Parts: sequence; C-alpha cells; structure tokens
Amino acid sequence: MAKRAAKIGVFIALAMILSYLEAILPLNIGIPGVKLGLSNIVVVVSLYSLTVPETAGISLIRILLMGILFGNAVSLVYSLSGGALSLVGMIICKRLRLSVIGVSIVGAVLHNVAQLAAAVVILQSSAIGYYLPILLISGLVTGFLIGIASDRLIFLEKKLNIQQKP
Amino acid sequence: MKMNRRDFIAIAVVLILSVAGFLVFGRSQKDGGAVRITSGGKVVGTYPLGSDKEIKIPFENGENTVVIKDGSVYMKNADCPDRHCVKQGKISKSGEAIICLPHKLTVEITGGEIDAVAR
Repeated sequence: MAKRAAKIGVFIALAMILSYLEAILPLNIGIPGVKLGLSNIVVVVSLYSLTVPETAGISLIRILLMGILFGNAVSLVYSLSGGALSLVGMIICKRLRLSVIGVSIVGAVLHNVAQLAAAVVILQSSAIGYYLPILLISGLVTGFLIGIASDRLIFLEKKLNIQQKP
Repeated sequence: MKMNRRDFIAIAVVLILSVAGFLVFGRSQKDGGAVRITSGGKVVGTYPLGSDKEIKIPFENGENTVVIKDGSVYMKNADCPDRHCVKQGKISKSGEAIICLPHKLTVEITGGEIDAVAR
C-alpha cells in the first residue's frame, strides 16, 4: 500500500515536471497548438502499471496543480477537456487490445480533438474548424513518438519489478 | 516495435477523418473577399479585404490590432500572454482564420459580400 502511494506520488511529480519542461522548452514548429504532450508518457505508463482510478487521479491532480500554478480558468478548461477525453479513449483502446503505441496515438489525437471542441465552445465560433486535420495529423505523429517512449518505459518497469521480487 | 492490426485500424481512422476534415473545412485557394471579426461569438464587424485598414478591438485590459493591407490580414498587436495570433502571420484565402483564444477573438476571411457594417 505504502509502495503504491509512493508510486502515485512519483508519477504525479514526474507528470508535472514533464508539463513544466514542455512549457519552458516548447517544440516550436510554427504551428500554434501543436505540442509533444510529454506528460502523457506518465499517463500511458500508469495505465499499464496502476489501476484506472489511480491513473485518472494522477492525470486530474497534474492538470489541477499545473492550472493553479501556471494557468488560468480558461487554460484549465482546455486541459481538463483534453485530459478527460484522451484518458477515456485510451482506456477503451487498451480494453480493445491496441498496443501501447496505438493507445498513445488515440490519446494524443483525442486530446487535440477535445481542445479544439473546447475552443469552438469558448469562442462561439467554428472558424477554428479548419484546424482539425492539422491537429489530427499532429496527434498521430506526437502520439506515435510518445507511444514508443511509453512502450519502452513499461517494458523497463516490468523488468525492474520482476528483479525486485526475490 | 510491437504494433498490431488494431493499431493500424486506429491510424487509418484518424487519417480518413483528417482527409474528411480537409474536404469539409479545407481552405479554398480562392482569394477572400471580406474579413469578419468576431469577439465572444458576436460579430464586431465585416470589412472588405480590398481596402487597407487598421482596426483596434478593445478589451477590459488591453486591445488587439488587426491590420488589412494589400489584400491580406494580420494581427499587428495583441496583449495576451502567448501572442499566437500575432505569430500566425498573414492570411488571405477564403476560409482561413486567425484566432486569439485568450480574448475569444476570431478574424475570418469570408468569400465575398459584406453582410454587416462596422459598429
């Protein structure tokens, strides 16, 4: 139990560090709104290493803390909608037995879709709709990269757990 | 890399959706006729793309400056923290838009007629 709580704490801290790292070192490829989504590595690994409620808790706490520390009410709405839809999609895809990379891709794509939907609601305008294909493709690419990293980490974590057991 | 058939189905779905998105929302390569500016869902004004103009849109704590020049539009200045709208540069084709999320401002290029007069 204590080990589990410690693990959740480490995951939250790691997710926050990755969010922060991404905020100060943005991947600037000239398309606004496109980012790598580094902190999703933690959510993906957590899905395979902890339970669904624990993963949801880690994601929610990260979003709330980052929102309070560095964001505002509007940015919190974007993050929450992105985080929620992305997590639900990843849980479903994991049940459908997609690979880690597939799960990560769906998570990244849905994160972008939810944020775009939130923007349509907040702006009361569908002018931003033409951005959808760009965000779908960017989600595909970033999700793939994050998936490779997550896949590797899940493998290493499992190996570590086996070695620890005498 | 351990990917399976289901992954490729998911990737195919995303690709199909993005192609569909391009077809539905795609930027036409036609030059636009007018510029429509909306703020929080309300139309602030519609301006012809043909005549050069500088439009200031005030907010409680600052303002955005939209410039129409030589048939294209750009955000000259904005005092939001990220200034994505300024970095976005010039647009001129019908269907393109500049969005300022913090100020809920959209600058869209529409096909033709001017359907509202500046407030």
